[in-house]
Amino acid sequence: MNLTAALRATRSRSTYLLALRPNAKSWRPWLAPLAALLIWEACAHLPGVDPRFLPSLEAVAARAWEGFVHDDYLGHLLASLGRDLAGFFLGGLAGVATGLALGFSPLLARVVGPTLMTYRQISLFAWIPLVSMWFGGGEAGKIAFIAMAAFQPTLVNSWRGVAEIPKSYRELSDVLLLGRLGFVALIALPCALPQIFTGLHSALICSWAATVGAELLFNLAPGLGGQMNEGQQMFLMDKLLLCILLLGSVGVVFNLLARAAERRCLRWRTL
Amino acid sequence: MIDSLAPSATNALEISRVSKRFLVAGRPSPVLGGIDLRVRDGEFVSIVGASGCGKSTLLRLILGLDTDYDGDIRIDGAQVAGPGLDRAIVFQDHRLLPWLNVRSNIAVALRHSALGKGEKAGRVDELVKLVGLERFAEAWPAQLSGGMAQRVAIARALANRPRFLLLDEPLGALDALTRLRLQNELLRIVRQGGTTAILVTHDVDEAIYLGDRVVVMRPDPGRIAAVIAVSGAESHDRSAPEFIRLRDRILALLGVVRSEADASAGHGLAPVA
Repeated sequence: MNLTAALRATRSRSTYLLALRPNAKSWRPWLAPLAALLIWEACAHLPGVDPRFLPSLEAVAARAWEGFVHDDYLGHLLASLGRDLAGFFLGGLAGVATGLALGFSPLLARVVGPTLMTYRQISLFAWIPLVSMWFGGGEAGKIAFIAMAAFQPTLVNSWRGVAEIPKSYRELSDVLLLGRLGFVALIALPCALPQIFTGLHSALICSWAATVGAELLFNLAPGLGGQMNEGQQMFLMDKLLLCILLLGSVGVVFNLLARAAERRCLRWRTL
Repeated sequence: MIDSLAPSATNALEISRVSKRFLVAGRPSPVLGGIDLRVRDGEFVSIVGASGCGKSTLLRLILGLDTDYDGDIRIDGAQVAGPGLDRAIVFQDHRLLPWLNVRSNIAVALRHSALGKGEKAGRVDELVKLVGLERFAEAWPAQLSGGMAQRVAIARALANRPRFLLLDEPLGALDALTRLRLQNELLRIVRQGGTTAILVTHDVDEAIYLGDRVVVMRPDPGRIAAVIAVSGAESHDRSAPEFIRLRDRILALLGVVRSEADASAGHGLAPVA
C-alpha cells in the first residue's frame, strides 16, 4: 500500500526533473533556452552595447568554428570529460559502497553516520587547499576533488535507500525464509535501486560542476576550465560564453543519458 | 474433502493460554488475553472481530514472527520457535515485489525448496494455472489489478505446499465483486490442496461462507467470545435463512446490535421525518 504511494511520489518527482521524454511534447523544455538565446542576440545588437562585453551569437559561433576546426577545442572538451568521468566513477563507487554499508549495518551507521553527515555540511570548496596540498594541483588533485563531489550524493542516497526499506518487506523476507543473502539480493538492493540511481544522477551533475571548479582553481591544464581562464585573461568574451554553452550542453546530454539508463534499469517502476 | 477430515481428528495446531502485551507509550497494554484454540488438520477456521482485537497479532505469533508471549503455540506438540515453510501467509496488501514479474514473485518462495530447477519451474507453472493467471505470467505487479495481485500472493503462499495457510484479511482491500469471486476461488484452492486454513477477516459473511468454524473475538484484551461451527447446509447460500440467522448471531456477539427483535421491528432504524 504505502509502497505504491511512495512509487507514485517518486514518479511525479522525476517527471518534473526533466520533461525531455521523446513521447511527451518534447519541444517544450527547449522554449526557455531558445528564448534566452533570442534575448541575448537582440541585446547584442542594441545600439550602445559594446560587443567586447556582449558578443553576438554569430561571433560566438565563429569562435566555435575556429576553435573546433583550427584549434584544439575538442581536445579540451575531451580532457574535461575524461577527468570528470574518472572522478565520478571513483567517488560514485566509494559513495554507493559506503552508503550500502551504512544502510545494512546499524552499528556502522551509529558510529560513522553522524560524522559523515557533518562532513556534508562543509562546503566542497573548503577542501580545495587541503586537496591540492595532499594530491597536488595536477591531475590527481583535480580527480580527487571531483570524486569528493560525486561521493556525497551517492553516499546519502544509497544509505537512505537501504535504510528506508519498508518493514513489511523485512517481514516478508522472514516469512519466506529468504535469509540474509536472499534479503539483500532479492529485496534490499532492488528496493534501494531507484534511490541509488537518484544519487548517481545527482553525482553526475555535481561532478561535472566540480570539474570546472577544479580546472579553474587548480593548476592550469588542458580542459574547458583552462580555456575559460585564458578567455578571461585575454578578454575574449566570445570564448568565455562558448565555454559556458559547452558546459551546459554536456550537462543536458548527461541528464538525458542518466534518465535513459534509469528508465531501462527500472522498467518495473515506469509502467 | 471428507476423507481428509475424518481420520485426522487430532489437533494439528494447539494454541493454549496465549497472552501478549505491547508497550504503548511506555505502558504495557494487553492485546491478547488467554487465547485457547485447537485447529484440526484440513479445517478452515475463520476468525472475526473488530479492529484491534488482536486477530492479526495472533497470526504473527502462529507464523513465529514474534515469540515474545505467554502461553504455548504447538504444531503436532512441538512449540513454534520461528517462521517455517510449513506455514505461509497472505497479507492484506499483496506484498508482491514490484521489481519481479509474476513468475519470479512466486518462485521467490521456492528459494530454499529442495526441488530441482526444472521442478521449481514446473511448480510455478502449476501455481500460475491454479490461480488462472497464465496470460499474465510475465507481467509486472504494477500491471495487475488488485484481485490479480492478490491471486499471485495466494500462489506464492502455496508454493511450498504449506500445511497451514494463514490469511490476514486477504480480500479486505478488494472491491465487492472481486471479493466474492476470490472467496469461491480460495475455497476451491484450499479444499483441493487439503490445506489447513486460518482466515482473519472483518467480514462476517466471508467468515461464515469460508469457515468450517467461526471464531468470534472481542477486544481489550483480545479474547475468544465464541466458537461457532458452521455446517455445510448453512454455509454456501448467502441468502438462506440459516445463513442470515448465523450472521445476525455473530454480529450480536460482536456487539453490533442486530438481534431478532430488531429484525422483526422492520423499519425501526428509519429516520423520523
